[in-house]
Amino acid sequence: MTQPETMPTPGTAPDVIHNIGYRKYTGPRLGRGYARLSLYSQSLRGAYGLGRSAKSKVLPMILLGAMCAPALIMVAVAIFTDMSKLPVDYTRYAVIMQAVITLFVASQAPQSVSRDLRFKTTPLYFSRPMERVDYVAAKYAALSTALFLLTALPLVILYVGALLAKLSFGTQTAGFAKGLVSVLLLSLLFAGVALVIAAVTPRRGFGVAAIIAVFVITYGAVSSVQGVASAQENYDVIGWLGVFSPITLIDGFQTWFLGADSAFPHASGPPDALAGTVYLLAVLALIAGTFGLLMRRYRKVGLS
Amino acid sequence: MARATTVEHVTVIATESLSKRYPRVTALDRLTVDITPGVTGLVGANGAGKSTLIKILLGLAPATEGRAAVLGLDVAAHGAEIRGLVGYMPEHDCLPPDVSATEFVVHMARMSGLPPAAARERTADTLRHVGLYEERYRPMGGYSTGMKQRVKLAQALVHDPRLVLLDEPTNGLDPAGRDEMLGLIRRVHTDFGISVLVTSHLLGELERTSDHIVVIDGGKLLRASSTSDFTQATASLAVEVTDREQELLAALTAAGLTVQAKGHLLHVDIADDATYDAVRDAVAGLGVGLVRMEQRRHRIAELFTDDEDLTYEDPDAPTTEGTAPTAEATAPRAEATAPTDPTLKEGEGRDAA
Repeated sequence: MTQPETMPTPGTAPDVIHNIGYRKYTGPRLGRGYARLSLYSQSLRGAYGLGRSAKSKVLPMILLGAMCAPALIMVAVAIFTDMSKLPVDYTRYAVIMQAVITLFVASQAPQSVSRDLRFKTTPLYFSRPMERVDYVAAKYAALSTALFLLTALPLVILYVGALLAKLSFGTQTAGFAKGLVSVLLLSLLFAGVALVIAAVTPRRGFGVAAIIAVFVITYGAVSSVQGVASAQENYDVIGWLGVFSPITLIDGFQTWFLGADSAFPHASGPPDALAGTVYLLAVLALIAGTFGLLMRRYRKVGLS
Repeated sequence: MARATTVEHVTVIATESLSKRYPRVTALDRLTVDITPGVTGLVGANGAGKSTLIKILLGLAPATEGRAAVLGLDVAAHGAEIRGLVGYMPEHDCLPPDVSATEFVVHMARMSGLPPAAARERTADTLRHVGLYEERYRPMGGYSTGMKQRVKLAQALVHDPRLVLLDEPTNGLDPAGRDEMLGLIRRVHTDFGISVLVTSHLLGELERTSDHIVVIDGGKLLRASSTSDFTQATASLAVEVTDREQELLAALTAAGLTVQAKGHLLHVDIADDATYDAVRDAVAGLGVGLVRMEQRRHRIAELFTDDEDLTYEDPDAPTTEGTAPTAEATAPRAEATAPTDPTLKEGEGRDAA
């Protein structure tokens, strides 16, 4: 950086001790890309409470611990009991742990966007060179990354443990890769849905409750209707019903495309190629749709 | 479009029959104004179109018609570029309470494109310049209104802009806080070399700070001229004595001064510094007590009336130091235009208390 020139300071009382004069900034001004990246990293760190108060680190860290603990236990058991395969598939892990994932996204999505609305900080962003799309993209990417870290870390633990337990390298690597694809989509999907809900309300509490409600109620509704369909041995319906809640959407998608075992009753995933395609399209449409809704939401925010 | 430089006589902001119409309200009505470097006060009642103008200047709201340029850049085409060169301090509260001023301003500096090290250095400098010292490491939730206003100003200055737009920076401050903020705004131009557009609904406070005053009302330009035109033309001295006003009036008139009686007050036109001496001597000569002697300037209401036809409904209202009467003076005008612009009523006179 060049030496900032010292400006003359006419009109300033000479007896002001602290005044060393105003220095002009002559260094580089990085563009929108840098601002976007800075907002991304700030929001990502914020999702785990880093750079925030000690209190705000508690919940995300507990959830991260809760997410990883079962994986550690499974790995320990696998190593010491000479299992031939891991007790849980890589693709199944996130489905089992969905309550933890839901709590994490419900607590951190409002933290990411509702605060800016509540404290009216958004005008300060939009009065700077960044555009609406930069803000939305940074927030979306940050929460998706935070969720990906939360869901991928236990998979890494499982994978490393599996290799230490000398399980088949090929099988484990393939399973691990499929698991990563699955949690990547899950992260994007959950982040999008949660951010749209959070961006509607400046009240953080409402946001948290609404996000939990959406995830829990849709899942509850889907599984109970699936239960009814299962009792009537209507297995195709079970496969189709999964489209209606985020976590079952991911389950159906990975069942059809990644060859995972479905967590649906009777493991009846999407019944045919059409259903499989619908799952894929639904996931992609939700991700794109939530991004579009966020863009729309911030069109009106402007300066007020 | 001429390239803007910091050279004098170049316009910082130029608007050309700029209009902004909402379905129900016309916020700006063919506003044409040129603003030169320095401190410019933008005065108008609440809802006169000040905030709308700022939005358009930042390229955040499209104008319905007309053009505007900031620092020589057209707002419609170069919004992002303008926002890189301009700082903005909103009227409303905009600070998250759980982070410290330092963290917050560093983050905002990075949002303006400053690299991490420069952002920290500029933040420390800027917070010091606005007068925030040890408290800058504490969460902002515990700050006083005055401290919050300083942080808001700091985040507008941290990227060393060429122009800052300050929307009602004295809102909510007590008289001492107002004076400090106005002094700070003055320094932004004199010491930092940054042009300032500062809005207020109080002319009284801006005339002491600004080089130029632009008055808008109902989205229309009412008047734009240098501050001296506003104030020197009729700068007068309000004198109140315990007794014998008529004799004092005669004595001062005899001394060659132009004096008008307004109730208990005498308004003495200020010719030069000798005027003060003449008043003092005359009062001492009569042996009466001098209750007050203060400079009077325009109230905002006077701008709306003809200069020759000044009316003082409230002769006891001093204008120079107390800013409240100015706000009161704003209210009747706002009500008068209310039928055409319902937003004018919002929050008027809130600061009069």
